[in-house]
Parts: sequence; structure tokens; C-alpha cells
Amino acid sequence: MLDLASSNGQVQQDQGLEDSPLTIRGLTVSYGQKPAVFSVDMTVEAGKMTAIIGPNGAGKSTMLKAALGIVSPVSGQVKVFGQPLDDKRARIAYVPQRASVDWDFPTGVIDVVLMGLYRELGLLGRLRGDHKAKAMDCLDRVGMGDFATRQIGQLSGGQQQRVFLARALAQGADLYLLDEPFAGVDAATEKAIISVLKSLREAGKTVVVVHHDLATVSDYFDNVFLINTRKVAEGTVAEAFTADTLQAAYGGRLATAQVDQLALALG
Amino acid sequence: MLIDALLLQLGYNATLVAIGATLLGISAGVTGTFLFLRKRALVSDAISHATLPGVCLAFILMASFGGDGRNLIGLLLGSAVSASVGLWCLNWLTRNTRLAEDAAIGSVLSVFFGFGIVLLTVIQTLGVGRQAGLEGFLLGSTAGMLWTDAMVIAVGGAVTLLLIMLIRRPMTLVAFDPEYAAARGLPVSKIDMAMMGLVMAVTVVGLKIVGLILIVALLIIPPVAARFWTERSDYVVLLAGLMGGVSAYVGAALSASAPNLPTGPIIVLMSFALFLISLLFAPSRGVLAAILRHFRFQRRVHMRQGLLALAQGQPIYEKLTLRLLRKRGFVRADGVSTDKGKARAAKALRDEHRWAVVRSDQAHEAAAALYDGLRQIETVLTQDQIAEVDRQIGGPKEILA
Repeated sequence: MLDLASSNGQVQQDQGLEDSPLTIRGLTVSYGQKPAVFSVDMTVEAGKMTAIIGPNGAGKSTMLKAALGIVSPVSGQVKVFGQPLDDKRARIAYVPQRASVDWDFPTGVIDVVLMGLYRELGLLGRLRGDHKAKAMDCLDRVGMGDFATRQIGQLSGGQQQRVFLARALAQGADLYLLDEPFAGVDAATEKAIISVLKSLREAGKTVVVVHHDLATVSDYFDNVFLINTRKVAEGTVAEAFTADTLQAAYGGRLATAQVDQLALALG
Repeated sequence: MLIDALLLQLGYNATLVAIGATLLGISAGVTGTFLFLRKRALVSDAISHATLPGVCLAFILMASFGGDGRNLIGLLLGSAVSASVGLWCLNWLTRNTRLAEDAAIGSVLSVFFGFGIVLLTVIQTLGVGRQAGLEGFLLGSTAGMLWTDAMVIAVGGAVTLLLIMLIRRPMTLVAFDPEYAAARGLPVSKIDMAMMGLVMAVTVVGLKIVGLILIVALLIIPPVAARFWTERSDYVVLLAGLMGGVSAYVGAALSASAPNLPTGPIIVLMSFALFLISLLFAPSRGVLAAILRHFRFQRRVHMRQGLLALAQGQPIYEKLTLRLLRKRGFVRADGVSTDKGKARAAKALRDEHRWAVVRSDQAHEAAAALYDGLRQIETVLTQDQIAEVDRQIGGPKEILA
């Protein structure tokens, strides 16, 4: 199931470890006294799709938010393409959980995608035809071109998620961080999103996804990062996504039958 | 008299008040929209009540140094300082304690206002300066408005509008999706602070006309009313500015047209009238439109179900369904379907099959999203597309005997 040929094939991009798209060292984040993420190290491999996996409340989203500077960590260091985060913001695109915004906000589908062009537009730059064309192109890539003029309030959950992905695409970034993009979406959306993510990988981009569906991990991803407040395992799917690591991350929360089944699927 | 007032023919003071109020109304409506979109409308209430101690302290300070305690610029500066302190307390409480923002607003608002009232009482017993009229800041008082007062309001309002033009894009982005904005490197808390600063500026500038208790109405009601009419945030901003300006202008004119009509409260009532009109009559989001839509929907459901029942030869018992079918000439008085009814029913059934194809085909997703069980398929697909769908079904089904 793991495609070894491709995992060796794409390392030729001359990127040493220090040029990894995202490195996290000793990251601790806490809401109040209880740490949500404790002393975590992570090194994201360039040009690969990495899944961040762990039980509910394991700090998956928090880690992503800390990596992006949305929440401030207690301690730890984040480097993006070998540089401090603020120097490389333009190369990161973030797709938040769709439930994090109010979809009754008065705005249209294409306007949300145009938010992705915020840096190009600046404070007072005029919205030109080529901006709109770019946004339309991104909507087409997620199969939402026909929805451009609709109100965001009319979208289904899966469609909302694809609009968020289109907004991230509009940024033209090199590193994509997605928070639970497959949570509560329809099968068509899941297919559309995964094919867009795979096309990003083809183009040499790096994709990191907070993921909850263990059954699809080995189909979708090259690498896995298992977390339960602390790091449990990190590596290729074959190395890090095993019955042992899953047991360590989920403890009793994962039914043994489920683990056996996955282990079987992993061969 | 009212016509004269509306045409600014009622003398110098009335004209000053009308112009000042209009500018204030526009900038309050525009500023308030961003607060409303950020879902922090009530923060403006805390800010406005927190101005009172500052007004009083500034008066005491100016009077005790032998100056005119009622110098407007001095009083407004004082109010701005204490409003900032109030805002800082509010932010500190929400960020560093487990207090939710609504509780923090309640605490800050009442404590600052209470302290202000105490100071106001103290001033009245002090007997320094000409303290009469200080309580006019509570509900606004325009009787003795000076040219300089109007200028302060005009300049303050214009500067506020200009600043909003400058940072409207980041403010909108932060209002819609603060986490995404933060991930893009936008200084979210600074943008929020700028927004609150603008709200404070409008509040301070508006103290003279509508007073600190009612300024919140000018900040909140116009955006809420404007939201009924449009689904685009930039239009909400423009409409709210327009509604704020109109209600302030008409309100000021109205209060000038008769003796003893308080300007601030009349302006607030005017904006409430606009709100009421919007609430009732706005298309799509208004209350009447919603009721009409519900009835229309109900009738379409009955019509559709009736036609499908006819097509499948099932009996119809619902009175409303029968009545609707009879009215359109689809059934006779005894409930037997007419030729017209048969044709229409066959079409309804065929459309059901067409919809089933459309909804199962991802290529038609945009059309399928409009499916509500009622919509005519011709309104979402072209004739060519329908022909293609029919090919997939295998031609029109022969249902009728």
C-alpha cells in the first residue's frame, strides 16, 4: 500500500534537514495549567503529505495553531523553510476548521477566495479582473466554479470546506496546513480535496493535515505524526503507523479489534 | 416647520446641529458595522459608559486650575482617557480571567458609570466653575452648541471615516475569520484595538449630540438594520452609514421643528424606525418576506405532492391539496383528474426522475444544491442538459394508462 518508489523518487530536491518546510522544537502549549502540547519536536519532510493523528484533545489542532503563531506557546521554536515564521508567512497557507467561522457572515463564495489574495491586494489595492480570474481558477480546481456568486450561507459543509481550500490555493503557497479538512464532509468532497492535495504534492508542495480517520491514513499519506500531548511516533506510514504506535497514542480508547484490523490492512 | 427644518431654514444653531449630527450618524453607522460583524457590538456600550468619569475628572481639573470647566475639547479628551482605561480593563478581564466578555462588559460598564455618577454629584456640591449642563453628556444636549463644537464633531467624524477606509480590508478579514487572519500574519489584536479606538472616537465625538447612554444605538442599530437588506459586507457598511446619516439628519431636523424635543433620543427613534422598516419589509431576510415565503412554500409542497399522487393514481385526502389542484384546473370537483392535470402530473413525475439523476451526478453539483423537492428542473438546467438527463433515464417514462 505504501508507494516506496515515489517516496525515494522525489528527494532529489536539494533540501537538507535545515530547509525542511516546517520544523518544530520543544513546543509546549498550554491553556491554563494543563499542557495541550508538551515538548514536541516535529520535522516535516518536503514534497510529502503528512498526517497528524491522535485521539480527541491530543493537541493536534493546537500544535498546528502554535506552528502558525495563532496561539502563543509556553516554550519552543518554530522554523519555516529554515527561517523564523514571520519571514516566511507568504509561503504558508492555512485551512482552518470550517466550524471556526460564522457562515452567516454577509459575503459571497468568491469573496472568501479573494481573501487568499490579501497580500497581493494590500490595504487599498483595487480588485482587478486578473484577481477574480485567479480566484475563479482556484474555485474550479475544487469543483466549486459554479458556486462563485452564491452566498456562503447556502453552502453545505463539504462545499464550505472546499471554499476554504480554494482560498488557501489562491495564496500560491509552498506549505499547506489543513485542520481536519475531512471532518463531516461528503464523499464527493473528500475525493475532491484529496485529489487537489495530491496534485499539490505532484507540484512539489508540502502538505500537512490534521486527520482523524485512521482507515484512510495509508491511502492518503506518505508520512505520519502521532501525538497524544507528547509525540508518540514520526516517520513514514510503514514505520510510524503500526499497531504498537497506535496503541501507544490511543491507549484504551481504540478498540483492540480496530487496531488489529488496521494492522491487518497495513500488512 | 418640519420642511423648514429639513431644509436647514431654522437658524444657525439648528443648522449646526443638523450638519454635525449627520456626520456623526454616518461615521457611527460605518464604524458600528465592523463592531457588529466582529460580534462585539456590546463593547461599545461599555466604552460609552466608561467615558463619564473622564468627563467629570476633566471638568474638576479644568475648573480647579481656574479655566472654563466646560471646554468641550478638554472634556472630550478626559472622556477618551477614561474610555481607554475602561477598554483596557475589559480586555484584561476577558484575556486573563475566566470571565466571558458579556460578564466583563457588564462589570466595566456599571462600575465606570457608577463612579461617574458619584463624581457628577460631587461636582454639583463643589460649586466650582459653571457646572450646569455637565449632565447633558448623559443624554446629549444640543441647545448651546457652538461653531467649534460642530467643527470638533465634523473633523472627528471625517477622520474616523478616513481611517476606516484605510483598514477596512483587514478589519473585514479579522471579523470573518480571525484565525486565518492570524495565520496570514495580520496583527489581529492590534486591528481589534484600532477598531475599538475608532468606536471610542465616535463615542467621544457623539457625546455632545446623543450622549453616552444612547450613542450605542447609533453604533448598533444602523448596521443591524442594514444587514436585513444585503448579503455583502461592503454594502452593509455603506447602507449602515447611509441609514445612520439619514436618521441623524431627520432626527435633528425633527427635534428643531418643535420646542423641547430632545435631539439625541429623537435621532435614536428615527434609526429605530428604519430598523423596524427593515425588519418587516426587507426582501429575503425580512419578517414579512419570511412569512410569505413560508406560505408559498407550503402551497408548492401541496401542489407537488398532489401532482405526484395524481400521476401514480393515488387518492388525495388533503383539503388544501385538492383546493389548489382544482383552482389550477388539474382535477374536477369530484376529485377526478382532468387531461390538463394528467399531463402536468406526468411532467412532475418525469421531473422527479430527472432530479434523481441530477442529484446522483457530481457534475451537476451546483444544480443539485438547489434541489428542494419543488423546483422546476428547467430553472436550473438548460434544454440540452435536460435532454442529456432524459437520455440517461431512457426517455420519458410512460406512466399514464
